[in-house]
Amino acid sequence: MAEAHPVGFQWVMEAKARGARVIHVDPRFTRTSALADTFVPLRVGTDIAFLGGVINYVLQNELDFREYVVAYTNAAVIVSEDFQDTDDLDGLFSGFDPETRTYDPTSWQYEGSETSEDGGGDQDHVLQRETASGLQHETHGAGVTSDPPRDETLQHPRCVYQILKRHFARYTPELVSQTCGVSTEAFLEVARAFAENSGRERTTALVYSVGWTQHSVGVQYIRTGAILQLLLGNMGRPGGGIMALRGHASIQGSTDIPTLFNLLPGYLPMPTAGKDDSLDEWLDGISHPGSKGYWANARAYGVSLLKAYWGDAATPENDFCFDYLPKITGDHGTYRTVLDMIDGKVKGYFLLGQNPAVGSAHGKAQRLGMANLDFMVVRDLFEIESASFWKSSPEVETGEIVPEECRTEVFLMPAASHVEKEGTFTQTHRMLQWREKAVEPPGDCRSELWFFYHLGRMIRERLAGSTEDRDRPLLDLAWDYPMVGETDDPDAEAVLMEINGFDVATRRPLSSFTEMKEDGSTIGGCWIYTGVFKDGVNQAARRKPGSEQSYVAPEWGWAWPANRRTLYNRASADPEGRPWSERKAYVWWDAERGEAGEWTGHDVPDFEVTKAPSYRAPEGSDGVAAIEGVDPFIMQGDGKGSLYVPKGLIDGPLPTHYEPVESPFPNPIYAQQANPTRKEYARSSNRLNPSPPEAHAEVFPYVFTTSRLTEHHTAGGMSRYVARLAELQPEMFVEVSPELAAERGLENGGWCHVVTARAAVEGRVLVTDRLSPLRVEGRTVHQVWLPYHWGTGGMVTGDSANDLFGIALDPNVLIQESKVGTCDVLPGRRPTGPDLLAFVAGYQRRSGVHDDHVRPIVTAGPGAGMLHSGDETPDPTGGS
Amino acid sequence: MAGERSFFGPVDPAADAGYDEDHPKRKGFFTDTSICIGCKACEVACKEWNDVPATHFDMLGSSYDNSFSLNANQWRHVAFIEQAKPMGEQESGLRRQAVALGMPTMGPPGSVPPEPGEDDAVDRPDFRWLMSSDVCKHCTHAACLDVCPTGSLFRTEFGTVVVQDDICNGCGYCVPACPYGVIERRKGPEGAKNVGIAQKCTLCYDRLGAGSTPACAQACPTQSIQFGDVEELRERANARVEQLHEAGIMDARLYGNDPEDGVGGTGAFFLLLDEPEVYGFPPDPVVTTKDLPHMYKRAGAAALTLLAGAALAFVGGRR
Repeated sequence: MAEAHPVGFQWVMEAKARGARVIHVDPRFTRTSALADTFVPLRVGTDIAFLGGVINYVLQNELDFREYVVAYTNAAVIVSEDFQDTDDLDGLFSGFDPETRTYDPTSWQYEGSETSEDGGGDQDHVLQRETASGLQHETHGAGVTSDPPRDETLQHPRCVYQILKRHFARYTPELVSQTCGVSTEAFLEVARAFAENSGRERTTALVYSVGWTQHSVGVQYIRTGAILQLLLGNMGRPGGGIMALRGHASIQGSTDIPTLFNLLPGYLPMPTAGKDDSLDEWLDGISHPGSKGYWANARAYGVSLLKAYWGDAATPENDFCFDYLPKITGDHGTYRTVLDMIDGKVKGYFLLGQNPAVGSAHGKAQRLGMANLDFMVVRDLFEIESASFWKSSPEVETGEIVPEECRTEVFLMPAASHVEKEGTFTQTHRMLQWREKAVEPPGDCRSELWFFYHLGRMIRERLAGSTEDRDRPLLDLAWDYPMVGETDDPDAEAVLMEINGFDVATRRPLSSFTEMKEDGSTIGGCWIYTGVFKDGVNQAARRKPGSEQSYVAPEWGWAWPANRRTLYNRASADPEGRPWSERKAYVWWDAERGEAGEWTGHDVPDFEVTKAPSYRAPEGSDGVAAIEGVDPFIMQGDGKGSLYVPKGLIDGPLPTHYEPVESPFPNPIYAQQANPTRKEYARSSNRLNPSPPEAHAEVFPYVFTTSRLTEHHTAGGMSRYVARLAELQPEMFVEVSPELAAERGLENGGWCHVVTARAAVEGRVLVTDRLSPLRVEGRTVHQVWLPYHWGTGGMVTGDSANDLFGIALDPNVLIQESKVGTCDVLPGRRPTGPDLLAFVAGYQRRSGVHDDHVRPIVTAGPGAGMLHSGDETPDPTGGS
Repeated sequence: MAGERSFFGPVDPAADAGYDEDHPKRKGFFTDTSICIGCKACEVACKEWNDVPATHFDMLGSSYDNSFSLNANQWRHVAFIEQAKPMGEQESGLRRQAVALGMPTMGPPGSVPPEPGEDDAVDRPDFRWLMSSDVCKHCTHAACLDVCPTGSLFRTEFGTVVVQDDICNGCGYCVPACPYGVIERRKGPEGAKNVGIAQKCTLCYDRLGAGSTPACAQACPTQSIQFGDVEELRERANARVEQLHEAGIMDARLYGNDPEDGVGGTGAFFLLLDEPEVYGFPPDPVVTTKDLPHMYKRAGAAALTLLAGAALAFVGGRR
């Protein structure tokens, strides 16, 4: 955190000064570790084993916050007797189909709902994996029945609590030590600290940086943390929660108002062709008629969004122009797109403030893809590698890209920096903060808002008068914003106002999403942001100092939804509505307030204000009315926190330890080696290093990971081109332990190169005690660390660490495994030119990943060893 | 007019330089290295505000230090020290790893290499990583100022020492005069302003005059660099050392806070976790002009003696 988030780390230091104990778990000793009380090094890619060990410690010693767990989680719910856990099936859950490598989740359901409409039958995991839509469950409330059978004594052998206890029983301190390379004492110290600092009087926050997600089991990493936090009663309470520290400004904002292929603003799912062919089909798929929760109002959110897009053209008669929305037909994720570019299926590519030639996994695939387009638009502050790949890149050096022949026409558009334009940033706390424009952008530099508005305007002018149906979506757009300044920038506050939403007739700004209407009388570009322009005031621009308001600081910026600073904060009070403790009082039920009592407290209650704790839903109710007075998790289909997830996760209802896709070790627990449902685009341009049970894993004996340095920003576009930053870390380097340096003959300050089946990357050697060999499964493993900031451009150049990775993706969200791989390390500089290709090909041959080699992904059960060749991207709307 | 005290011992430097009684309180830095996270924000903020050029684009291979030392183009410098020592009660996690390499070089001399597979092997030494942001000390008795023939270096009303680049003639007398090796003539890069002119930290004299905090202290995210009245900072520093001692970090000590030291105490002083040499500080700095009054007296006495001798010679010659 000190490395990548030094400004946020000041609060950790302040907590430490007040007596907090700081524990840092990381593969290498970083600037964070230097200031921590305890540093625990672990093997990269074993976090589920580590946290699973903590869960086991909590469950075996009955240290969970029992009252919270029984009342607010699904611990008491009884699961189908057909469910079989990984212990029964050697690392697979019941319902696995080795042919498609997906699950039929019917057996995962709660007892009694296996065959109901809400059961697993409608879950098509092949389609969900292709479209990254499995987690719509997570964002749109579980499609689970409201009233599953429960055993509040938690003794029923098939209740979630007992399933959890059995599932994690294997994760003993000894297993954690064997798997993670952590001493049992260090592990137990962390487990004790977690448990001792949670409960009625205390809460623990779990903070991670997004490297945690970049694994083939990334979603399950976060799930493991969520299970632990729910068991300890740390959700919805002050000082608790799970916080993702983002890699850039407004990454939270870019999922709220998304840059993702499968989402529309406010987490409304992108409609899928063949499934969401009408407005009703699309919206019913979100609101799940019959379920509890606020998604029941999805029609108002969806219609208001369509009205924001198409204005007056969107009418009830034409389904508010629903047919104008693009529909997805399968995997349009960034890595699928890159491979499609290589295959000549993509014509154009827009890059805005993104440098995939350096920042994305498998840099060579990125650059070869970009070199095979008709056109490409890059908007950035400098001529980054993703704009200069055609004339200077490792592939130009090897002859794979010939500048004179590269067909891609690159348009480099100078961009305004964050101080040269106005708008909002949304940070990890879901808080929007308004930025003023400090200075005018120089020369031709312009904001994104300017670029897209005027691009749209010019296209619409070109199409004006067209009678083609296909042009209607563009011509009917509501595309009118007031212009400000010398450069004709659209007024950013007017855009924020449209996002907030307003009443069409009166243009009165909406103050809450509860004011959104299904009949088209309101507009709103992102329902969860409604309220940011409450009373016509830009609430995101509020900057009242913390010293002048309560510690929750509600008047600093604005947090969605409804300026709530802690989500699900109903859980900060006990089932009767009283604070769990005075020390942790946050939101509570005050029977004296209002007519018949109200929720009140330090924050905006995340609950209907007048719904008493004693409220019980009448038989047959749904939507908001079905949320009972003791259901804090109001977006979930059953109002409870999910310790066990019956529906929505492609890779299983519970996290389980799988080895990284590339690992020198066999899975110590199960025959199933790695995530069996992962996406792996098997093709000659995406060779993956062999791992057990395959032969030749020893060709790549070391484990490597990458991350950021304080001195540089991600792919370097904002730091390598700026002299006063570039000089701080001027060269690409590789950190190794003294032990590995001795083993491989590496000298501090000298050169070395790191090799995988994709690439060889060189850097200066930094020998340091901050890396330590670990003892795993009875033998020693060395870990190597590389920063990923460099490329061929900028004032300081070097090889790109992300070139080392192949493409293997988490099946739920299609994020790449780019934090762990296996490698070899050699002293000296790497070969150059065509020799480099021959050198890497030699490694492929020696490790057996050449020619038409395909590796088995399923290594347990009846389908073990079955080969899945080809690109394995079946047409989800067709055959399956 | 500077008195004898001006060269040594505890004084208020601004008053000593002749400012009125109502001059502002002496300003300085207390750099608490125990909470430095080595982010180098101070280096960058300093260079941005003061327009100090970037010059050094080679990796040093010395932990994360790539700026080497204080010099004309580096007015703040963050040192990174990797040490085989424990940090108070900190559990570095690197020592007690269950690592058994069976390599004879791993244990302390004479120890038996652990058997492979032995889980409780403790092979590696302790480890800690120290970071510290260095800066001009703004000495109570500043030799650079004493030796400056042009008056370019002067004592400000805040008690700090500042170079006026439009007056400096680049003679370089100040360079060897500094007991810390801070001040230097700018050698480049080509096209940079003030090449040939002596350059160092001004404690952001321009910002101070406008009531602002110096750029480095403003940018420091963890308040490792604290700016304020020297008197108050010294009290704060003493309290912090006590706090660290109570926390078991017995290495904590102050450097430069003592008005009785060789430079009369420094306006920028430090909390260190090891001997000053470890961070590149001189252990016992003495203002190089300390002996000037003494030297003047001796020289004066010698001259008088010489004159007297000469006179005596004439007296003798009359005989």
